[in-house]
Amino acid sequence: METSKDAKKIRVVICSGTTCYLMGASELFGLEKALGEPLASRITIEGSPCMNLCKGGEYGKAPFVKVNDALISTATVHKVIEEIRRQASL
Amino acid sequence: MLYNNNATHIRRELLVKLASLAFQGTLKEKIDRVPLQMIPKGSPSIRCCIHHDRAVIKYRLMAMLGFSVERETDELRLLSSYAEEALERTEVEDPVLTVIDEACSACVQSHYFVTNACRGCVARPCVLNCPKKAIQMINGQARIDPSLCVNCGLCQKVCPYHAIVKVPVPCEEACPVGAISKDSQGKEHIDFSTCIYCGKCMSECPFGAIVERSQMLDVIRALQSGKPVVALVAPAIVGQFPGDYPQLVNALRRLGFQRVYEVAEGADTTIQREAEELVERVHRGEPFMTTSCCPAYTRCAEIHLPELKPYISTTKSPMLYTAEKAKQEVGEGVLVFIGPCVAKKEEALKSRLVDFVLNTEELGALLVAKEIDIPHCEPETLIETPSAGARSFPLVGKVSQAVAEKVQEIQVRPFVVDGIDRQNIKVLRQAAKTKPDGNLVEVMACQGGCVAGPVTISKPNLAAKKIEDWIRKSTVQKSAREGQEATQEANQEANKEANREKVPVGLGKH
Repeated sequence: METSKDAKKIRVVICSGTTCYLMGASELFGLEKALGEPLASRITIEGSPCMNLCKGGEYGKAPFVKVNDALISTATVHKVIEEIRRQASL
Repeated sequence: MLYNNNATHIRRELLVKLASLAFQGTLKEKIDRVPLQMIPKGSPSIRCCIHHDRAVIKYRLMAMLGFSVERETDELRLLSSYAEEALERTEVEDPVLTVIDEACSACVQSHYFVTNACRGCVARPCVLNCPKKAIQMINGQARIDPSLCVNCGLCQKVCPYHAIVKVPVPCEEACPVGAISKDSQGKEHIDFSTCIYCGKCMSECPFGAIVERSQMLDVIRALQSGKPVVALVAPAIVGQFPGDYPQLVNALRRLGFQRVYEVAEGADTTIQREAEELVERVHRGEPFMTTSCCPAYTRCAEIHLPELKPYISTTKSPMLYTAEKAKQEVGEGVLVFIGPCVAKKEEALKSRLVDFVLNTEELGALLVAKEIDIPHCEPETLIETPSAGARSFPLVGKVSQAVAEKVQEIQVRPFVVDGIDRQNIKVLRQAAKTKPDGNLVEVMACQGGCVAGPVTISKPNLAAKKIEDWIRKSTVQKSAREGQEATQEANQEANKEANREKVPVGLGKH
């Protein structure tokens, strides 16, 4: 085995700092359900403490989500799903 | 409207900006620029033009500074002037809601409308069933004559293509007591003599035209005054923020709150007294008693269901018991209740015991403005540990369950009215007339309980799960600490189990 099953999965990190949470990150935890199969089993979802992206505004506005290395600002369930789809089809 | 939407985003962003300026002491100097920062030149407009958008932002800020938008007398008066007044006031006043007429889109009166999905079928049940003969076929499609239509909705029910829709006025549709209606210009106005402050119009308006008058600024000023400021945290708040409750307590202390009380402490008193009261009433021969902790419900009964008044428990709400304790312990301190509720603001004002109320979003804004990240906060050791029943008050059915578990003398049969809407007002009216299917009626204005309150950040199901997890975790910690009392607790648990089996829970859902 070259890679474990999890390593192939798309890693979704939802910032759960106070700012992101207030600006809608709490809504993003419904992502898995909205995504549905077969994609839902190809991702892992985790919450992260403040990733310090909200200060200064250079990365855009909260809430922030990382889909592997891609950073999404003003993240919505829709935007995150689009990025997951894009990466899944690569 | 418990989903992510733009109106919510704008409101939260503005609250954060306002809190930041207030903490920095630059509110008066900088607030007039906020509408321009939010909607800079060249940005796409949401309404007719950016000037209208900016005007709405101005009025939002006016309400966030604590003012009634309806009471504006001079349109030229600047936000800085309002800020100056707000920074000097010593008291807040009601009503706690206000309508921004510039934001109200004067929705077309609620009506039925035939969409293009109409196939002009041969059966034409809409035409045949309309009691007012208000439907005609024009160009192969049904059309409703608004001058004849009485909004009965029959056509919608019988259309085989679901081609007929009801176009509602969302705020009017949401109001369970008919307290919001249009003026001659089509703009909405709240009749505060009949409003129960449930906040449903505010949550449902897609234009964000109905807003709370915030007391956030007054809380910031209290925190900066050097006086001891005390937080009374509603049990529903536990499910609203990231991190654990002991971390949130630390975050509140970092904001400057000298002490943090769990309102669940007061809920324990409410449970005890309500249990005693129920037994007393049943022994006196009364058929039932209703809970009294939801202020939107008690106000609703006061104004709209007077026949129910004799049955409402006279036990005070958890907020008031907690406030009484806090007042005794901190004396001249400033008491700030924090919760997801609009009606609590009104209850606090009337109590003259709780000084200010912060809602979930406003607390979030204070934390963001002060760059306090809850998941990074150290968990505090809690002084008091309220019971699991008290901590589960914000979940539907749990208030009556907690009371039922306390009662041993009689069999308690809870009947839960989950949310105040027009239908459930009828259920309650009926309950006053004939006996309800239970002797302890729990009424919550918000369907799902306080976790689904009008000002929440987390989805109700996620918030409920978080509260349940916290209760489980804290109970484990508690029993580990109190190992010696374990046997006694086990006995109590057995009692609870015995009583639980006896109670059929009638959900007044529709």
